[in-house]
Amino acid sequence: MIDPKELKYSRDDEWVRYDGDAVYIGITDYAQSELGDLVFVNLPEVDDEVIAGEALGDVESVKAVADIISPVSGVVLEVNEELLDDAALINNDPYGAWFVKVGDVSDEVELLTADEYDAYRG
Amino acid sequence: MKLIFEKSIPGRGQDIFPACDVPEKLPKKDMLRKAKVNLPEISENEMGRHYTALAKRAHGVNDGFYPLGSCTMKHNPRINEKMANLPGFAKLHPLQPAHTVQGANELITELEEFLCEITGMDGVTFSPAAGAHGEFTGLLLIKAYHHDRGEAERNEILVPDAAHGTNPASATMAGYKSVTIKSNENGTVDLDDLKAHLGPKTAGLMLTNPNTVGLFDPNIMEITRLVHEAGGLCYYDGANLNAVIGIVRPADIGFDVIHMNLHKTFSTPHGGGGPGSGPCAYKDFLAPFAPGLTCKDGKEYKRAEKSIGNMTGFYGNFLVNVKAYTYLLTIGKDVATLAQNAVLNANYMQEKLKDIYPIAFDTTCMHEFVIGLDPIYRKTHVSALDVAKALLDYGIHPPTIYFPLIVHEALMIEPTETETKETLDEAIQAFREIYDKIFSAPESVQQAPQTTPVLRLDDTKAAREPHLRYKFD
Amino acid sequence: MGTFIPNTKEEQLKMLKEIGYKDFDDLFKVIPDAAKVKGELKLPEGLSEIEVDRKVQGLANKNVVFRSIFRGAGAYNHYVPSAVDAIANKEEFLTAYTPYQAEISQGILQSIFEYQTMIAEITGMDIANASLYDGASAAAEACWMCKDRKHSTIYVSGAIDERILEVIKTYSFGRENKVEIIPAKDGVTDKDALKKALEADDEAACFLMQYPNFFGVVEDAEELCKITQGAGAKFIMYCQPLALGLLKNPGEIGADIAVGEGQPLGLGLEFGGPYLGFLSTKEENMRMIPGRLIGETVDTRGERGFVLTIQAREQHIRREKASSNVCSNEAWCALRAGIYLSTIGPKGFEDAAKLCSSKAHYMAEELDKIGMKLCFKGEFWNEFATTCPDADKLLKALEDKGILGGLKFSCCGCDDAKEDCILWCCTELNTKEDIDEVIAVAKEVF
Repeated sequence: MIDPKELKYSRDDEWVRYDGDAVYIGITDYAQSELGDLVFVNLPEVDDEVIAGEALGDVESVKAVADIISPVSGVVLEVNEELLDDAALINNDPYGAWFVKVGDVSDEVELLTADEYDAYRG
Repeated sequence: MKLIFEKSIPGRGQDIFPACDVPEKLPKKDMLRKAKVNLPEISENEMGRHYTALAKRAHGVNDGFYPLGSCTMKHNPRINEKMANLPGFAKLHPLQPAHTVQGANELITELEEFLCEITGMDGVTFSPAAGAHGEFTGLLLIKAYHHDRGEAERNEILVPDAAHGTNPASATMAGYKSVTIKSNENGTVDLDDLKAHLGPKTAGLMLTNPNTVGLFDPNIMEITRLVHEAGGLCYYDGANLNAVIGIVRPADIGFDVIHMNLHKTFSTPHGGGGPGSGPCAYKDFLAPFAPGLTCKDGKEYKRAEKSIGNMTGFYGNFLVNVKAYTYLLTIGKDVATLAQNAVLNANYMQEKLKDIYPIAFDTTCMHEFVIGLDPIYRKTHVSALDVAKALLDYGIHPPTIYFPLIVHEALMIEPTETETKETLDEAIQAFREIYDKIFSAPESVQQAPQTTPVLRLDDTKAAREPHLRYKFD
Repeated sequence: MGTFIPNTKEEQLKMLKEIGYKDFDDLFKVIPDAAKVKGELKLPEGLSEIEVDRKVQGLANKNVVFRSIFRGAGAYNHYVPSAVDAIANKEEFLTAYTPYQAEISQGILQSIFEYQTMIAEITGMDIANASLYDGASAAAEACWMCKDRKHSTIYVSGAIDERILEVIKTYSFGRENKVEIIPAKDGVTDKDALKKALEADDEAACFLMQYPNFFGVVEDAEELCKITQGAGAKFIMYCQPLALGLLKNPGEIGADIAVGEGQPLGLGLEFGGPYLGFLSTKEENMRMIPGRLIGETVDTRGERGFVLTIQAREQHIRREKASSNVCSNEAWCALRAGIYLSTIGPKGFEDAAKLCSSKAHYMAEELDKIGMKLCFKGEFWNEFATTCPDADKLLKALEDKGILGGLKFSCCGCDDAKEDCILWCCTELNTKEDIDEVIAVAKEVF
């Protein structure tokens, strides 16, 4: 299990988990509950470049779409293909359901600690 | 209810085709289909009952009040249908010689004159098949104009945040970047934000007027002036033309191009989702770029010199245009009476509901108004969706919900001019009863409807596990 | 004169007063005076229903309705069974809007779900959408579906109807992608040219062919499919739907997308519209599909029901990132197609295609006997091109007898450029007597 306390957060409601030089990226519990039942995700491909502050993909609920704003700049190393088959995983376990693993991280948006994020969204 | 495939029995069917009166001759064997095709095998009687059962599970304007905001669900006159079905129109091949379709081309030419007079524009193309298609056409005209002038760098279309989703989507299709302009606290275009986004990249502005919260923008002439000053063109989204027809002409207030939804303002039916017709009217300087072939002299079909091409294979949805023409012959120069009664009906309902339901922008509305249910939702957890569903049990088609996006928990109500005061009073009564229930028995509203053929459907399941067709064994 | 407004002037005034306005001027004072129309619009006086009826009938009567039609080229004179009109004209279908409120729109939703199934079946594909405007615009949308970040060039066969090509080009002016034409040779796509072009272009998105093509020729779709997919591009077949009663369907051929003009499926000639664009594809392309999709689900009691689904692709949600801007489609025409296919059933679907084929071949043989030779060697179904010594003269002579002959067109593939060319079309509605009459007229003329 992933402890949300150990993650970093963007003001766009994405979380970041560091793994050596790379990072995993997902959306927060707050984001998934605001969006409601998710039905699909659009993800980048491996080797795509992502830019901090810009959309790397999006998530769809029945009646809405929300961009996933990349908290970092870098290159996509891995994509969580499981989410493509079952977007409900994001609703069920937002901190376990990572979207992409990004390497060659060169830049990141201002990130908050878990407490800071809670205060921000509290 | 069963699907038609589930009523199919092998060997049953209907005799439509005669025996062949010439020797059978088919393309050579290796080109022929081997795959089985599953189509229903059903008698005419059983098939008729199937579709009658489906008809009973549908709701049209003739079934009851249909105040679906932005969609102008007015009465569809029977004479329109009768005229469109005349063999002299319905049986014409689109590639018949021009001299054999004089009446059809005369009708289109006259309809073009009517629509020019109504919009103040100089020409109309009937090539687009629906409203969004008309938007796309209008934007391509704007693009062709800028390119022709060597200003291809103009690649931004300004779209207010209250716009229909088709506007930004059409801008993308036309290869434009859409730039969102904010609404101000009155629900109309924020002039400062508009000014901040105008510049050498501006290709044009798309404006719905009255806008999607039902308000006529008081600064409209200032807005079009500013856009022109920046070198852009002004596109009028005519989806809401019913509010101002005969009262305001888009060309007179600075617009260069407009599409009209003949299936809204001009009373042609919507057919459960289409066909519509989305003719696009333009000022003279855009005429050289107009799409499609037209035959105005009765002799030959011509295309504009720098035409963008065509939007549909032939001349657009001709029979829908026949219906709109028939309607305009009926109404004639009294078109302003449509807007008058549409605006009256909307204000009447708004006034009779505003003491209990929060009106998004509480002022004189045009042909529609928007309730923002958010304060009530926060208190009771009864949402706009719940209110919409509760109306179903009163036999009323719900308003448009969750649009415009700038109003939270929006219910957008457009009664149209063809409804009586009694119908409005009944609907007002229904809205008031539902309001009482929101507080006395909220769960009854949240569980509505109870009287419809099916109850609330699981949209999430439909999207997560898509079943888009019947699967045969 | 004519009006559909129920409230009388007195009632209107009463309502105005009741909500605090003196009159209509007072109600409309929210509109700046400068923006208002000055004076009266130059429109005619309104008319009573009888007057309208008389005037519009007068216009209809100025048109010529041919009793016998041998012209196709994108609009086909097939029989429309009586049940199609009787059922489709039910006002519940005719006067409903897009089925946003599923609970009271099950009739519309189910009819389109059934239509989607039938289109998927006749094209042999996995899934179909709820309709597009017409065949040509559906072709343009299909090409766009194939575009991704790495593939943007659209390849189109030179043997397709130029009207379809024109719409593809118009859409591409907007979306700014290249459209390249693979030339036709002897009435069919030049396979070698296709192969060469696709192999030289890393950015090829798709190749679109017409089936049968504009000249009526049934091309070797399997080979074209192999070449296209072999080069990493998607293969789009623009089909005459009734031809699929007989010919291998796109599913058997292995196409990625099937599109076409659904007009032959229970719609009249209608002077070009409203028609019906159909589009079907493999399941993997589901999220790229433009326009509405109807899906099956259950209600809170577990009963089967239907809803608009996967809507996050669409303009009202995805706005500038939508797969298309389509909003209103041709639902009522799709309803007609569903009724049509239910009426004719699997046997009628095959019989109709056989009748069309047999009559066209009979006519081609008879024309051949009087010297009007087939322009192309390829196999055909219900359309074919022949030479003609003087097309204008023949077509005029036919017209004088109430017959709409084939379409005169300029044909690049004929050996003898001194002759005109005519594209003929037969359907199940052309009897042997009708065909023999054309031959008799031709014999008189030449």
